[in-house]
Amino acid sequence: MAKAGFLESLRKSQAWKSIFRHGPPDNSRNKVLAVLMNVFLHLHPIRMKKSGIRMSFTWCMGGITFFLFLVETVTGVLLMFYYRPTAEFAYSDIIALREHVPIGIMREVHRWGAHLMVISVWLHMFRVFLTGSYKPPREFNWGIGVVLLTLTLLLSFTGYLLPWDQLAIWAITVGSNMARATPFLGSEGPGASLLNMIMGFDVVHSGSDARFALLAGRVVGEATLLRFYVLHCIFIPLVAALLMAVHFWRVRKDGGISGPL
Amino acid sequence: MAIIEFITGTINYLCQPAILFTFSCLAFFGILFYAREWFGKKTTIILLEVGLLIFIAISMAHPTFRAVVAKPDNIPIVAMLFLLLFFTWLSIHKAVINDRLIDAGQDVESKKEAKELVFTWPDLVFSEFICTIAVWCLLLAWAIVLKAPLEEPANPVDTPNPSKAPWYFLGLQEMLVYYDPWLAGVVFPSLIIVGLILIPYIDTNPKGNGYYTFKERPFAITTFLFGFLILWNLLIVYGTFLRGPNWNFFGPYEVWDVHKLEVLRNVNLSEYIFREFGLNGGKLPDNPLIREALGILLTVGYLVGVPVLLARKWMKKTYEELGAARFYIMAALLVCMAALPLKMVLRWTINLKYIVAIPEAFFNI
Repeated sequence: MAKAGFLESLRKSQAWKSIFRHGPPDNSRNKVLAVLMNVFLHLHPIRMKKSGIRMSFTWCMGGITFFLFLVETVTGVLLMFYYRPTAEFAYSDIIALREHVPIGIMREVHRWGAHLMVISVWLHMFRVFLTGSYKPPREFNWGIGVVLLTLTLLLSFTGYLLPWDQLAIWAITVGSNMARATPFLGSEGPGASLLNMIMGFDVVHSGSDARFALLAGRVVGEATLLRFYVLHCIFIPLVAALLMAVHFWRVRKDGGISGPL
Repeated sequence: MAIIEFITGTINYLCQPAILFTFSCLAFFGILFYAREWFGKKTTIILLEVGLLIFIAISMAHPTFRAVVAKPDNIPIVAMLFLLLFFTWLSIHKAVINDRLIDAGQDVESKKEAKELVFTWPDLVFSEFICTIAVWCLLLAWAIVLKAPLEEPANPVDTPNPSKAPWYFLGLQEMLVYYDPWLAGVVFPSLIIVGLILIPYIDTNPKGNGYYTFKERPFAITTFLFGFLILWNLLIVYGTFLRGPNWNFFGPYEVWDVHKLEVLRNVNLSEYIFREFGLNGGKLPDNPLIREALGILLTVGYLVGVPVLLARKWMKKTYEELGAARFYIMAALLVCMAALPLKMVLRWTINLKYIVAIPEAFFNI
């Protein structure tokens, strides 16, 4: 009784009422308001198909992916407090994160969260495919989802370089070597020599090709570190956030979570 | 000890690319077409997951196996193996139930529930909340137990052997065994992305929208699952656990020896014709276009001929349903996808290196 009384008086306080401007969600009207009046919850519809909230149907993988994106954003900002993207400091800052920062597991959370996010986004696509949820009217949103999946991989890839250890630079070296073989745009790709022949001089060479644009140099160096850092912390997250907004919006506008018609 | 060596030796042998892929493909198509009911049983998944767990747990006693599997960055792939197995099972399990209902002329499992509306608060919000907490706890525990990997400081002159891309790109790196970078690293990944985006516009089958089923869309599901499970994830597992120095094959219990020699006896198609069969007096012609004429013909024939044959002969009904534009886009993507297992088989059987080999222009297929 005492506990209920406390809750009751809390709910009647001016502070509580200023935050939640409706009564307790124990009747239909207030359940509607609980979602409608909350900026975070209003991403949801007010009511939804019962089949759509079944975990065995959705696997919750889309939601988990979004949650992990938020975790990556928060831990990423914390890491940015300590990390300097230069060849001189990057590695020692990572060591310092582990050795000198109290509760130094933010990098662990960030890295394992990134791996989990790659897995959860794949499983999300897997579920959406197997339930045929890409079919009309959700074709466009599936396409947005594929782009988001690609961005997730690129986010993970650009972040892989930042610790500036052997694992990092060689993984990025191996990964970016592919760009050298881009048809027409890579110095060792088919068609590049044809392009050079037509132009009469070397348009595409190792100092001007797709790999050079990606790495800002002929090898993975300090310029690459800065480039990947900016892509990782600012550009790709911004694009991904924008597309996520579209993705979630379209889930609702296309009829909510799919279900048998 | 002899028996252990026999078992590890056998497993090492069975993990060779040709054997493992052939066996995986047989298991994949066998289960999907003939043993869905068996695979969809609850006891099957328990046995498979526990079996996988026991296999990994016992193998961890082997120092070589442990050294590769317990690398911090490889842990997620081990986790993914269990998850993939489980979710593949779950979808097949549900598809089997729904297919039975459809066969009996009844509604699929949650059709009634799809007409029933519930309030987002509390039903959805609470399960989201619990899910969030569970993932967060898992992540924290993982972060406390396992340190994120950090190796020696970056050193541009000291190339590690093997040099591996991040794990989610290892399927593409494994593809480099069979195709050159311009295909494995650029063209195929682009085709995967484009192909995925195009799926809803190619697949006009209205059935199976919003529920699990296999019988109502067998072609779509088989193709997607083959691409996702075998061509993407199995190749990742392969590139991670079974490729060592110089990207040589190493069995799970085989020590990664930098000096392991693999006999390279791969031969280009043009070398086959001119050297082995003694055409042109056993000499390769100087003009690359003449030299590679047969390879170019075969490649073009494959890329154009197979789709036409599919349309005119083998998939006539689908062609009529989809119309020319949709069908040929689908067929083009399909032959590109099939090009990977095809090249694998050619490599294993006749040691084919390149069908078209024009290294002068970096144009090798």
